[in-house]
Amino acid sequence: MGIYSVIGKNLTEVEDSLRQGRSGIIYDPLRKEMGFRSALTGMVERPQLKGVLDRRMRIGLPVQGEYAYISTLEALKHAGIEQSYLDAHEVGILFGNDSSAVPVVESVDILRQKKDTMMIGSGYIFQSMNSTVSMNLSVIFRLKGVNFTLSGACASGSHAIGIGYLLIRQGLQEMIICGGAQEINPESTASFDALNAFSIRESDPTRASRPFDRDRDGLVPSGGAATVIIESYESAIKRGATIFGEVIGYGFSSNGDHISMPNVDGPVRAMQKAIADAGIKSSEIDYINAHATSTPAGDKNEARSIDMVFGNSRPLVSSTKSMTGHEMWMGGASEVIYSTLMMNHGFVAPNINFDNPDEVTSLLNIASENTPHEINAFLSNSFGFGGTNSSLIVRKVQV
Amino acid sequence: MQNDEIIRKINQLLIDEIEIEETQIHPAADLKKDLGIDSLDFVDLFVIVENNFGFKMKAEEMADVKSLQDFYSYIIKRINPN
Repeated sequence: MGIYSVIGKNLTEVEDSLRQGRSGIIYDPLRKEMGFRSALTGMVERPQLKGVLDRRMRIGLPVQGEYAYISTLEALKHAGIEQSYLDAHEVGILFGNDSSAVPVVESVDILRQKKDTMMIGSGYIFQSMNSTVSMNLSVIFRLKGVNFTLSGACASGSHAIGIGYLLIRQGLQEMIICGGAQEINPESTASFDALNAFSIRESDPTRASRPFDRDRDGLVPSGGAATVIIESYESAIKRGATIFGEVIGYGFSSNGDHISMPNVDGPVRAMQKAIADAGIKSSEIDYINAHATSTPAGDKNEARSIDMVFGNSRPLVSSTKSMTGHEMWMGGASEVIYSTLMMNHGFVAPNINFDNPDEVTSLLNIASENTPHEINAFLSNSFGFGGTNSSLIVRKVQV
Repeated sequence: MQNDEIIRKINQLLIDEIEIEETQIHPAADLKKDLGIDSLDFVDLFVIVENNFGFKMKAEEMADVKSLQDFYSYIIKRINPN
């Protein structure tokens, strides 16, 4: 696993933030100057890759590709995989990504100013496509297996892991570098800000993202990148790899409903399908990493969904978006990493800023503080615009 | 602009913008084989030349430009046609 997030630039820093309940949310004055309704955002510094990657590799990478390069470097090291292994085996890549706004804006700005496409240069095309992350990383790491991007709105990273899991289960790939990446910049979130969906608790940035809390007023956009290397059990054993978790269930559904308003039925079906796929009982889930973004309607409907599926066993629930903000295309992958860290270290990270439940979120068993807890299996939810839903179940490997 | 000044400027742009090692730069160097300038780098050279020398390179004029000396000569001819 590898992570580059607003709560830490590697696994060690992220684990510490999860334990401490540390927020990565800031107030960005630039957004206010530009006319944003909310200037709140997650923030992490841009990696400096000059001297690390050559020019040709760098100029095709947008910022989320840079994040993803760093998270993938860490994931490969964490998994004990060197470039020589990638050169000798058919390793694939599936990344979730659903925008690349800045290169699109900048290249069109150049065209409008210069009135000559030749002045755009060679890098922007490779930065501006949705597949930019898988496209670039497959070249940088010389990958020879499956190679594409999944765009499934805010469930992109989760679907990437889910599809990778299915390809491996089918015996079509031995190992796939999966993940999600999300750019952090005003250009990519301006039109989202226009939907009045962002929290305007600007006077108190670290308290703004408050999933399930009675006084939540919207999400906080965020970003970074997360990489999870998945492989067949036989491959892991053959390599002598440390196995941090086993993906055992993937459930997906579409709401067939409103483009932005989540419902209850779609997430219920995704969670039920994941449980059925895993071949376990719902009571065997020890922790749920909720999608909950801190919007009034979304959290309420997810709480109802979780209650419908898990009302009898009431496992601990938290939304790490309380700390990270909404990592969108990245979130489904990063939240599997956050949850796997919790599973491997025996704790549930707090759903910070959960001060008071409302009449629906009170149905859930929400961890508002860092809670020591044995997790043998967790479920991670990710939902997105268009009503796309993804639920993943990961458990400790059973030797 | 004097010819030697043009050459110095081209060399510095190749070092700064295309990140070619200074030790690789000599007039006989083949742009592709020795300096590793591929078709995508040529696209960036169009931008670099216009931004720094103020004229547009034409792809059809580059067909015979193989070595760094050819490139110097091409730029010099465009700037100082006489």
